[in-house]
Amino acid sequence: MINIGLGHYLTLGAIIFTIGIVGIFLNRKNIIVILMSIELILLAVNINLVAFSIFLEDISGQIFTLFILTVAAAEAAIGLAIIVVYYRNSSTIRVEEINSLKG
Amino acid sequence: MNNLDFILPEIFISLAIMFLLILGVFKKNSSNIIHYLSIVCLLITGILIINNPSGTQVTLFSGSFIIDNLSSFMKILTILGGASILLMSKKFLKISKIFLIEYPILILSSILGMLVMISSNDLMVFYIGLELQSLALYVLASFNRDQLKSSESGLKYFVLSALSSGLLLYGCSLIYGFSGSTNFDIISNTVNSNHYGLTFGIVFILVGLSFKISAVPFHMWAPDVYEGSPTPVTLFFSVVPKIAALTVFIRFLYVPFINMMDQWQPIIIFLSIASMIFGAIAAIGQKNLKRLIAYSSIGHIGYALAGLSVGTNEGLQSSIVYISIYIVMNLGFFSCLLMMKKNDLYFETIEDLSGLSKNHPILSLCFLIVLFSLAGIPPLAGFFAKFYIFKSVIEQSMYFLAIVGLLSTVIAAFYYLRIIKVIYFDEQREKYDTDHSNWLKVSLTLSTLLILLYFIFPSKLLEIVSSINVI
Repeated sequence: MINIGLGHYLTLGAIIFTIGIVGIFLNRKNIIVILMSIELILLAVNINLVAFSIFLEDISGQIFTLFILTVAAAEAAIGLAIIVVYYRNSSTIRVEEINSLKG
Repeated sequence: MNNLDFILPEIFISLAIMFLLILGVFKKNSSNIIHYLSIVCLLITGILIINNPSGTQVTLFSGSFIIDNLSSFMKILTILGGASILLMSKKFLKISKIFLIEYPILILSSILGMLVMISSNDLMVFYIGLELQSLALYVLASFNRDQLKSSESGLKYFVLSALSSGLLLYGCSLIYGFSGSTNFDIISNTVNSNHYGLTFGIVFILVGLSFKISAVPFHMWAPDVYEGSPTPVTLFFSVVPKIAALTVFIRFLYVPFINMMDQWQPIIIFLSIASMIFGAIAAIGQKNLKRLIAYSSIGHIGYALAGLSVGTNEGLQSSIVYISIYIVMNLGFFSCLLMMKKNDLYFETIEDLSGLSKNHPILSLCFLIVLFSLAGIPPLAGFFAKFYIFKSVIEQSMYFLAIVGLLSTVIAAFYYLRIIKVIYFDEQREKYDTDHSNWLKVSLTLSTLLILLYFIFPSKLLEIVSSINVI
C-alpha cells in the first residue's frame, strides 16, 4: 500500500491545473470548453488549499476553499451570460471566429 | 463594534448599492436619479474615508484588513476617478441608448471591490475584493450588449481575467502552504528561508496581478477590450482598476516579501522594461484612438512599475505620484475623445481628428496639452511624473532601467506628436457638435489646468504622498 501524503495531493493539483491551462490555450473549438477549463483551474487550487490545510492543521485554507467555490459559481454565471449575449450578436461561439477586434 | 467604525466607508457604499438597486427596480425611469444618487454616494464615501477616525495605521478583523496612509490616499483617488467618470459618461450613455440603472450600480460595486482590495492585508480578503471588482468589470465591458464589438470585448476580458484569477489563486495556495498563513503580517514573519515554493507562489501572483494592470507580457486583452467597450467604460478600465492593482502590488511586495526582494526585483524590472518598450513601439501603427491609449497605458504602467522595482519608500512614492498624474492625463484625453461627436455618432480614429484646430481651437489646445503631458514634455505634469520615477531609479544606481525608460519615452513621443500633427496641420474636416454636457467641459478644463499648472505647486502632491511609508 502506498501512503498518500501531501506530495500526492499537490501533484494531483498541479496536473489538474496544467490540464486547465492547456485546455484554454489549445482549444480551438468552443468557448464552453474554456469555461470548463477555468473551472478545472479553480478546482485544482481548491485541492491544493484543502491538502495544505490538513497538512498544516490550520482551518483558514478550508475557509478560503469555500470562498473560491462561491466566487467560481458567480463567475460561471456571469461568463455564461456573456456567452449568451455574444451568441445573440454573432450567432457563433467558435473560438476561431471571435476576431472582429484586432489591429 | 470598534472595527465597524473603521470600515464605515465600505459598509456605506455596499448599503448604497443595495438601496439603489431596489430603487431602480421599483421606480420606473429612474436611471437619471440613480446616476446622480450614485455620484452623491461616492462623494459621501470619500468624506467618510477622509474622516477616518484612525490617526495612523490600524489593522482590523484579526489583521486581515488594514487602514493606513497608503490605503486612504488610494481610496480617495479611486473614488474621485469613479465619480468623475460617472459625471462624464451620462451623455454618451444616453446617445448610445444604454443609459440604464445598472451602469452606475456596476461601477459602484466594482469600486467597492477595489476599496476592499486596497485595504486588504490577507490573501482571502484580497481575493474577494479582486473578484468583486472583476465580476462587475466583465459586465461593464459588454455593457452595450446589442453590439458585436462590446460583447466580444466582454467575452475576451472574461476569459483572460478568469484565467489570471486562476493563476493568482494557485499562487495564493502555494504561499499559504509554504508559509502557513494567509495573513500578510504573519507571512512576513515566517518568510526567512528561500523556499522554492514561495518563489513559485510569488511568480504566480505577480502574473495574475500583471494581467490586471495589463503589463507586458500579459497585456494581450487590453487593446481589444479598450476598443470594444463603450468609451466611458474604456475610461474606467484605463484608470480606476490600475490604482487598486498597483496598491496591491505595493502591499504584496513590500509587506510580506520585502525580505525576498532579490527574487522579485528582476521580475518587476523585466515587466517594467517590457511594458515601456512594447507600449512605445506597438502604439505607432495604431489608427484607433482607444487602441492607441491602450498601448499608451501599457507603457505608462511600465514606468509605474519601474518605481516599484526600486524597493524603497521613495520609489513607491514616485509610483504613486505617477499613477495620480496618469489618471488626470487620462481623464483629460478621454474628455477630448468624448467631445468628438457629430449627429449622435462618436468618432474615435486618428483620421477623424484631422484639422481639428481650425474648427475647434480650444478643444485642440486642450488636446495638445494633454498629449504633450502624456509624452512627458516639460513643464507639464507628465514630465514631473517621469522625473520622480527616474530620480528614484537612478538613486539606487539602476542605470539600465533608467536608460531604457528614457529611450522608450523618446519613441513614445513619436505617436503623441503624430496626433498633434494631424490635429494642427492636416486637412480640415466637418465640424463636430458643440453641445457637450457641462460636466464634460468642467472635467476637460480641470484636468488641463491641473496638468498645465502642476509645476507651480509640485510640492503639494509630494507632501501628501511623502507620508505614505510602507516599509
